[in-house]
Amino acid sequence: MTEIKGWSRPDMARRLAADIPEGWAVNLGIGLPTLVANYVPLDREVIFHSENGVLGVGPAPEPGAEDPWMINAGKQLITLRPGASLMGQADSFAVIRGRHLDLAVLGGYQVAANGDFANWSTGRAGEAPAVGGAMDLGAGAKQVWVLMEHVAKGGVAKLVERCSYPLTARGSVTRVYTDLAVIDITASGFVLRECAPGLSRADVQAVSGAPLG
Amino acid sequence: MIDKFVPSVEAALDGIGNGATLMIGGFGTVGQPDCLVDGLIARGLRDLVVIANNAGGDFGGLPKLIEQGAIAKVICSYPRATGKTAFDALLAAGKIELEIVPQGTLAERIRAAGVGVPAFYTPTAAGTALAEGKETRVINGREAVLEYALAADFALVQAWEADRWGNLTYRGTGRNFNPIMAAAARFTIATAHHARPLGALDPEHVMTPGLFVQRVFVAGSAL
Repeated sequence: MTEIKGWSRPDMARRLAADIPEGWAVNLGIGLPTLVANYVPLDREVIFHSENGVLGVGPAPEPGAEDPWMINAGKQLITLRPGASLMGQADSFAVIRGRHLDLAVLGGYQVAANGDFANWSTGRAGEAPAVGGAMDLGAGAKQVWVLMEHVAKGGVAKLVERCSYPLTARGSVTRVYTDLAVIDITASGFVLRECAPGLSRADVQAVSGAPLG
Repeated sequence: MIDKFVPSVEAALDGIGNGATLMIGGFGTVGQPDCLVDGLIARGLRDLVVIANNAGGDFGGLPKLIEQGAIAKVICSYPRATGKTAFDALLAAGKIELEIVPQGTLAERIRAAGVGVPAFYTPTAAGTALAEGKETRVINGREAVLEYALAADFALVQAWEADRWGNLTYRGTGRNFNPIMAAAARFTIATAHHARPLGALDPEHVMTPGLFVQRVFVAGSAL
């Protein structure tokens, strides 16, 4: 099998960021999803939420201007943008669980054609499971988009008919952004919306574990 | 005169014994009452149940407490740290029990205890391994999981400012679990960075009313 090459990680984040409209409240998961904020210009007013208690996360601080009291859910130092608010866990999870969040962008181990996804545990013994806010985001956000590599190490498909890893939430993913494609999840399963430059539908289908409509 | 200030960590922690259930505030290192957790280490306790979002993490005093074998059970959402920790080793050896709870459910269970709600239904975790063995109900067409309130004997919280009535403010993202834990525990011990005279805190800006706090320790304060 020849290795196919699609978007780089920054390009994946940039591609997803292009689809976030002004005015949305958005939570970005730890890891790759966090990069998305770098590609939403400050004059497009998107309100980034961090589950440890921030609405209005701004850019990373300049060297020398760090405030150790200001961190995000990934425990990285942050700034607040004008208009930001701080809150405790009760209010921060009211944002998520009360369905006030327009979008959660999360990483994924697997996404299924029915919108189920798995991103918190491989189910392997000897690994302490760590869920954080993933299940709250998966069940509570108005929309869940997953941003992940299309294929796992070893060539295993991450877009699947049914998840084999322990689920994070059922039926909540509506769109997947990978290094190879943008895919919607509809009542009839995966629907391919866009391929990375130079790739064909057949290229993307060949490394997917379920049919792409 | 109501005066909840105590002069030392030892005085702040007086009465915490073996087998106690403790809530410890903080998300990461921010808002974690480090001096109180360090004080627990000196008490040589056993069989504690610790409710803390990042228990098992590799920062602050908790890893030392875990290493010491003081903790029998941890209730948290995110026990994972970068690299192997004492927690991982004890968990693998079956010497510490772990109850993993989604972060929002953890917050709501704590909040529920503080507000007198014995249990509630939530769609979070429905259909997942974390709902196994729990009662579920379909409410408004959606499956929801029954979760019980989570109370504690003691809460250890980190504030920014405090007065002698125990009124607290928090700073930055340091608020996190502290206010709900203060309300949920039968006895709340706060540490604060700044002691303020009674009346100096703007009542509009008090984030935890002093009624929820029983003791306050402020390092280096003579107030």
